[in-house]
Amino acid sequence: MQESNGINTSVSRRDNAIARFSRDLVITVLVVVSFTTLIIVLAGAPPLAAYYHIFKGSLGSWVKLGHVIRVWIPLTLCTCGLLYTFRIGLWNIGVEGQVIMGAVFTTYVLRFGMDGRMANFFLIAAFTAGVAGGALWALIAGYLKTKGGVNEIFAGLGLNFVAQGIILWLIFGPWKRAGIASMSGTELLPRELWLSYVSTIRLSPLGLSLALCAIIVTAIMLRYTKIGLCLKALGSNPNAAHIFDLNTRLYMLLAMVFAGGFAGLAGSMQVTGVYHRLIPAISSNYGYLALLVAMLSNYNVWIGPVVAFFFACLNVGSIQLPMMLQMDSSLSGVIQGALVLAALAVHAWRIRARRIAEETWY
Amino acid sequence: MKRKITLLLCVFCFLFSLAIVQSGYAAAADKPFTFGLLLVGPYNDHGYSQAHYEGGEYVERTIPGTKMIYIDKVNPADRPGITIPQLVDDMVEKGAELIIANSDDMKDGIREAARMHPETDFIHISGDDVITGMAPKNLANLFGRMEYGKMMAGFVAAMTSQTGKIGYLGPLVNDETRRLASSCYLGARYAWETVLKKDPADLKFQVTWIGFWFNIPGVTADPTQVAQNFFNSGYDVVISGIDTTEAVVVANQKIKEGKEAWAIPYDYVGACEGASAVCLGVPYFNWGPGYVSFIKKSMAGTFASEWLWLSPDWKDINNIDTSTIGFARGGALSAESGIALSAFISDLGAGKLNLFTGPLFYQDGSVYLKKGAVATDKEIWYMKQLLKGMSGQSSAK
Repeated sequence: MQESNGINTSVSRRDNAIARFSRDLVITVLVVVSFTTLIIVLAGAPPLAAYYHIFKGSLGSWVKLGHVIRVWIPLTLCTCGLLYTFRIGLWNIGVEGQVIMGAVFTTYVLRFGMDGRMANFFLIAAFTAGVAGGALWALIAGYLKTKGGVNEIFAGLGLNFVAQGIILWLIFGPWKRAGIASMSGTELLPRELWLSYVSTIRLSPLGLSLALCAIIVTAIMLRYTKIGLCLKALGSNPNAAHIFDLNTRLYMLLAMVFAGGFAGLAGSMQVTGVYHRLIPAISSNYGYLALLVAMLSNYNVWIGPVVAFFFACLNVGSIQLPMMLQMDSSLSGVIQGALVLAALAVHAWRIRARRIAEETWY
Repeated sequence: MKRKITLLLCVFCFLFSLAIVQSGYAAAADKPFTFGLLLVGPYNDHGYSQAHYEGGEYVERTIPGTKMIYIDKVNPADRPGITIPQLVDDMVEKGAELIIANSDDMKDGIREAARMHPETDFIHISGDDVITGMAPKNLANLFGRMEYGKMMAGFVAAMTSQTGKIGYLGPLVNDETRRLASSCYLGARYAWETVLKKDPADLKFQVTWIGFWFNIPGVTADPTQVAQNFFNSGYDVVISGIDTTEAVVVANQKIKEGKEAWAIPYDYVGACEGASAVCLGVPYFNWGPGYVSFIKKSMAGTFASEWLWLSPDWKDINNIDTSTIGFARGGALSAESGIALSAFISDLGAGKLNLFTGPLFYQDGSVYLKKGAVATDKEIWYMKQLLKGMSGQSSAK
């Protein structure tokens, strides 16, 4: 009897949680929709047409879906990585630089295979290097945090600028095209070194599988392994280190390595699968965007990819705004920003409401 | 958990299903010939991209039944994550039968897209894929012989300068930009030595590159800063080689401070608007005639992969229907210099004068053209260095 009561309580608690989550979601969506609609109206465009074009421009054909997935892959990889650092309570804002360094390391390796021979060997080596590059860059921020006591947000931001500096220097300097100094990027990779893709839908099966693997691995790691448990313990309660005798520094570094590794992999994808060369804007801001995705999905490994997919749709679909409605496509940035702000506002409101409720109770 | 995801998906679908209600976008009954335009900068930049945009409008006016679709700011800094093949896919879905990529920066992307869409015709502006043999059959190259426009710019710069110090606000370094900066220098040198009969040693021609066709904060050097540095260090004429109008804007500020300053913008016929006090004129592209020629061929099914490098119409370089290169005189050009410029243009047009005639030397002293030799198209197209007499980098360090 007691047992069945327990189950009932847990089921009803879960139902409550779901009800709360859906209520928050509806409120968030309503806030965002009204806000963006207001902006679109102010910009002098028909809001329904704008939403319609974003939708049709992102999911209107298989090719477009292919492009959406191309954006979704690096975004999801970065989001997965960030879940490790968020879990232990670290703000890995340096994820942007980690993507860049992943791309730089990838390009470094691929430059040895420019004649197109042994392409598979070079691709595997390049991806490994990309992961290592991202991880190394994250490790620097982690090391500054654990040894030097430098806040990881400042360290990460600083390292982002350094990474941007390095990539510009390489593109204008040692890796420039012969006789050319342009931010158009390095020499185009030979086709053998492009990530293979299904040309009819512009989709790279390997990229897609890597992203799916990343989700599954992250879910398993965070939920079922000791590492995941320890990250959570340390993230939710710093005293856990004493209680369970855990090495906080080690786990922080470990979380950074995972985050950086995934971000670096995203960088490798950008080089081999998207631009086929190194360009200054190689990260496409996916690192920063992934921070928003992770926050908006409430740091949930299953919701994250869904939110990432939505952001990818916005990214690809919003190009229709200038094309069809002569609107500025930066509106998609406004929608993304509004989403996060609305989510945070609803979250804050919920906490406040709970606190008031608790105060009334006592 | 599953329910959460389903819920999220449902809300997502609901949101967009609302929008589908609005679907009154039926295609027109008569199918027009749609052509797409990929612009590297804003369509209203008063510079390079606006010149292309107006070229597209000219096509719509001139060839009945044509329709332009365009997308501007096509560069990875303005539109992170967007690629050329992706935009081309979209334009082809919208019915584009010919697509024009207007920037050097799009070279790799447009070639990749042309291979993916063999049924669609492509024009890459300023590129050389046809010469190098890298172009697929459906990709052509188009450019104007801007070196003439730049010679005129250099000519009026030297005619006007009081200090003999001319600054060139350069974009990135490649064959095209070396060619154009050198053409400016040749025009300036001709005016200085042959028309004004001044001492060659007194002419200083400095090229400063910013790194791209326009300012990208944090990535390129700031063109406003570069232009200011020129004027603050004794340069009184700044010639712009970039897509945007910073040189003119800064010159305008400088004359308000009481300094003598002139500027020569680039690319767009209307670039001097609102700056008649400082603007000596602008060498500009008129893309209409080139576009029309290709689009007519594409409509007739006779489009071929060719490399077209169009000259000014020397009968009237400012004829919008015939001349790809023009020079619009600015309000600050003196009457005297204007007369000299007319003579200069007429000599260039009549073939009496060819500034790409040897002896000419590269910056490092090596021979570019032997004495009496006249440069071939290829020698002009592929300039390996800046010319001797110019200051500034010939390539990246």
